[in-house]
Amino acid sequence: MSATPQAQKLFGHAEENNYLKCSSGIKSWLFTLDHKRIGVMYLIGVTFALFLAGVFALILRSELFTGDENFLSEAQYNQMFTLHGAIMVFAFIIPSIPAALGNFVLPMMLGAKDVAFPRLNLCSFYLWMFGTAFLLTAMLTNGLDTGWTFYTPYSITTTTAVIYATMGAFILGFSSIFTGLNFLVTVNTMRPKTMGWFKLPLFIWSLYATSIIQILATPVLGITLLLLIAERVMHIGIFDPAYGGDPVLFQHFFWFYSHPAVYIMILPAMGVISELISVYSHKKIFGYSFIAFSSVAIALLGFLVWGHHMFTSGQSQLVTLVFSAITFSVAIPSAVKVFNWLATLYKGSIKLVTPMCYALSFIFLFGIGGLTGLFLGTLSTDIHLHDTYFVVAHFHFVMVGGTLTALLGGLYHWWPKMFGRMYNDFLGRVGCFLVFVGFNLTFFPQFVMGSRGMPRRYARYDPEFEIFHQASTIGAFILGIGILLAFAVLVHAVFFGRKIGGNPFGAASLEWQSSSPPSFHNFDHKIHMNAPYDFSAMVYDEEMDTYIQRDFVTPETPEVPAPEPTKA
Amino acid sequence: MSTVEETADSHDEHDDDHHDHGEFIAHHFDSAEQQFDSGKLGIWVFLVTEVLFFSGLFVAYVLYRYHHPEVFVDASQFLDKVLGGINTIVLLFSSLTMAWAVRAAQLGNNNFAGKLILITMICAAAFLGIKAVEYSHKWDLYILPVSYYNYMEGYHPEAESGGIAGTLHISKWLVTLSMLPLLCLTLFSAGAVAMAATGKRLMAQFMLGLAIMMSGYFVGAFAGQTYQNWHEANLEAEEHAGDHGHDGDHAGDSIATGPDSTSERPPQIGVFFSIYYCMTGLHAIHVIAGMAALSWLYFRCLKAHFRPDYFGPVDYVGLYWHLVDLIWIYLFPLLYLIN
Ligand code: HEM
Ligand SMILES: [Cu+2]
Repeated sequence: MSATPQAQKLFGHAEENNYLKCSSGIKSWLFTLDHKRIGVMYLIGVTFALFLAGVFALILRSELFTGDENFLSEAQYNQMFTLHGAIMVFAFIIPSIPAALGNFVLPMMLGAKDVAFPRLNLCSFYLWMFGTAFLLTAMLTNGLDTGWTFYTPYSITTTTAVIYATMGAFILGFSSIFTGLNFLVTVNTMRPKTMGWFKLPLFIWSLYATSIIQILATPVLGITLLLLIAERVMHIGIFDPAYGGDPVLFQHFFWFYSHPAVYIMILPAMGVISELISVYSHKKIFGYSFIAFSSVAIALLGFLVWGHHMFTSGQSQLVTLVFSAITFSVAIPSAVKVFNWLATLYKGSIKLVTPMCYALSFIFLFGIGGLTGLFLGTLSTDIHLHDTYFVVAHFHFVMVGGTLTALLGGLYHWWPKMFGRMYNDFLGRVGCFLVFVGFNLTFFPQFVMGSRGMPRRYARYDPEFEIFHQASTIGAFILGIGILLAFAVLVHAVFFGRKIGGNPFGAASLEWQSSSPPSFHNFDHKIHMNAPYDFSAMVYDEEMDTYIQRDFVTPETPEVPAPEPTKA
Repeated sequence: MSTVEETADSHDEHDDDHHDHGEFIAHHFDSAEQQFDSGKLGIWVFLVTEVLFFSGLFVAYVLYRYHHPEVFVDASQFLDKVLGGINTIVLLFSSLTMAWAVRAAQLGNNNFAGKLILITMICAAAFLGIKAVEYSHKWDLYILPVSYYNYMEGYHPEAESGGIAGTLHISKWLVTLSMLPLLCLTLFSAGAVAMAATGKRLMAQFMLGLAIMMSGYFVGAFAGQTYQNWHEANLEAEEHAGDHGHDGDHAGDSIATGPDSTSERPPQIGVFFSIYYCMTGLHAIHVIAGMAALSWLYFRCLKAHFRPDYFGPVDYVGLYWHLVDLIWIYLFPLLYLIN
């Protein structure tokens, strides 16, 4: 078998006119309107935030190695966990997958040249920079000790830099809104006419659902933070009980945003996993429409459950019951996804390469995280577990075990597309293993501690909890090393990796039809429309070391069976 | 290689140079239609976020009104229905001229569209002028957000303010608020003259337009203040005639009179004004943003950018302006017309 000359040109090794090389100089990056470059800049930015907040986490864990004071005073401890949480949530995890990976991949998956509003896209990135700068200003001036939730009335009375931090979160919110708006419009208007809603890759569906949440929830955070600032500056008496305000109203406003926001974090991750599971099982995704609609269902139901964060804040019993019931129902679409991923794996020809390892650990960790959410949504158990390490473990299982794992998996999946180079798969898997082991060692003991009553946000603890805290601290360092290794392998690949063709993994979605790295306009040729999960359309071409479309293979050669699963 | 570099460059700068060749389709769109549809969907989605942005305030309003209905009834009588009503009419009228401008742009009549947009801008500024009169009057009487609220029955601010403001019967706050518009007016007028002198006709015209817009503020402020003074004089006359029954002035005797001996807390009525200032202040910020957007449109009309197949920006800003108008249409009855 041999590829047509045309295919050789299209899918061969990248020519030098790719988006990374087409123009040079710092200005060509800072003022670029190219979604790929903006995605790369976002990636660098959020990775910076991840490492900064990660260092805070390690400092916190080191302090907690014993129950007495080691090197942080209580006040310093409060500041440390607040900045860890605020930076991780607002500057890292919310923009991570959509703004970095999504920016790069979404237009290409649609076969488009760019997002609908490239300037808005760049603007969103700069807002991210400003917002993060404000958070850092808060850190460098008076610090911040309210927790990432900014609960009133403490946030009105504390002397720390609440205004800087809330300004930062406010600006980051607009950055997030603009990304969401851009993606939503792009999916609606920029795809080819022949690409119907059910021919979209599932990553697009999940980003679309994410966009809806970003658009509908984030403005409410915006006004809440603005009112909090006004409250601090001139005591308007809306949240401040000293002037007749209602502090619980703040909690309602805050969670009305922040619960949907947890789906801003997890939905894109689920989209990534849908891609990875399907590609590396080389099998059509099972239950496409179920996965697609469950994303939308999660997005919509996610707006109706915020009260489960306030079971102990003095809501009426009826309200608590209703919120608890709806909380359970959110678990259904999440479970639907997990079942479909498992069904996709079944009888697939599974390749245990690095991205797939991340995808599998995602399913495991997200499973635990989601199920423990149900413990917390149950009224009687939540009374006991609320504000303990159980909650801490729950949300780290979904945010780190879920989103961060998916981000790493997604990076390993699309890295060859982004930079045209292959990473060292063995070291990649070692990194994944360390992340998995370190993660479980860090957070599993926290479930046990939490259920035995260890409160969260405490700098000191009783001796009975020491063994769990020490395991957790050791795990945190393993996790840190794992993440470092994962990024090191990726960075190494950019400079020293083996050059690679357009479609090394045999994926069928459109972004793989470009050269690696893609050229400035994404596609050098007319896109060949095929279904995103129809892997039988792809054949491996040894000469070019990449998968190409069956249609590009010269017909006179006998068909060579591609490495694909036996069709069950 | 070189061709790619060229496309990259023109891409980066297309903001500046695409106006020149009259081709307004950005490179990543296939057609003018696709571009228009994207923009239209984008602006609608943006308006949704705007509505949600205000929603928090509306929720706060509903909650406090539910818990303290009597406070809202009393407090709203401090708001002047006439000034609020005039402002409502001004904004409604500006919506009309805006819609008309969209139509004119759609027909490619840049000249007419520019004039209509200018009228819209003037209305926006006049709205702010009237709003400034309302604000300053309240500040004189210490009708402020709850923590500063200190209204006293029968207090007359004129006794305090000396100087020009005092003799002209203008609130000193109004003078302060008008400083920035005055500065803008001066700058724009000077700019217009300078541009005209150096022969830059288009820029001169643009600057003139901005100056005219700013003078709209002063028309509004003047009209508002005149009404205010007339109204005060009327009330005083009534008072002297021994008529104590005027409901506007003596509303909520019990609640509205500053911190009294029975409770340490500032009166609940201040929360109403907190909400009032937040809502109207946020709305005013949107009006100012609208003025900036309208100025940009005005400039593009002067440059005759719009054509039947390219009028998206006018349409989008128009939608935004209608929303700003619509929010006021809700604020007016909710705050001013409670009784
Ligand atoms: C399967 C569905 C889920 C359910 C039923 C669930 C349920 C809950 C409940 C009831 C709480 C409140 C616990 C308490 O404070 O007492 C909670 C806290 C939390 N959950 Fe989830 N959750 C789910 C998924 C997720 C996901 C996917 C994320 C994020 C990616 C997430 C992030 C969080 C966070 C950040 C908190 C704690 C916030 C704080 O108090 O600081 N949850 N969850
Ligand atoms: Cu929640």
